[in-house]
Amino acid sequence: MPERIKASPADEGFRLELLSVLPHLRAFARGLSGRPDFADDLVQEAAIKAWTARERYQAGTNMRAWTFAILRNHYLSELRRSRRQTDLDEGVAERMLVMEADQEGPLHLGDMEVALQKLSPERREAVLLVGASGFSYEEAAEIAGCPIGTMKSRVARARADLARMLEGELGALDIKTRKTG
Amino acid sequence: MPGLPPEVRRDGEPGWAGGLRKLYNSVVDEPLPDSFKDLLKKLDDPDDA
Repeated sequence: MPERIKASPADEGFRLELLSVLPHLRAFARGLSGRPDFADDLVQEAAIKAWTARERYQAGTNMRAWTFAILRNHYLSELRRSRRQTDLDEGVAERMLVMEADQEGPLHLGDMEVALQKLSPERREAVLLVGASGFSYEEAAEIAGCPIGTMKSRVARARADLARMLEGELGALDIKTRKTG
Repeated sequence: MPGLPPEVRRDGEPGWAGGLRKLYNSVVDEPLPDSFKDLLKKLDDPDDA
């Protein structure tokens, strides 16, 4: 009877680390794409890619950064692929986003979600990595494959865009409420 | 911190920056959906992955 091949302790350690980053990968993918189902597909595919490439991961380094880079590259290649297949009907995408955002009602996160999706893809990625996921500029630059100065500039521009969208329009509403209230 | 508008936090961070983290963390805190069952099974039984 053939002996079943046991997973090595290194594999087991890798597996546990990979499982622990799945929720973070979901949040990053959701922020990048704005589409929950697509985001979850991306995460699962990225996790399989990470598992398949586990020999290349150096234990003790940053699993989150390593898997984020895999997910990010997979996302970009899926986008390129889908652009070749069909042109996305942006009107439909926007309506779907608004519907999803409305369902977030109690947390009032819909406005942030919509604003995030209005950013350019590079700025959205940058602010998600640094502003939401808590990576350093250096780590974020490594994940996105760009110089650190470029990452800093993208984050700064994303922050300015979000401030304009969220504090400009919504802030104006707040001020109006405060003044009349 | 006196003198700062209410939408700016004590550490100088604008209010929306906390909203961005809240949005991100709301997904991190979600339980993994059922669609992840197959993936988890593969990772639970690495020999089959």
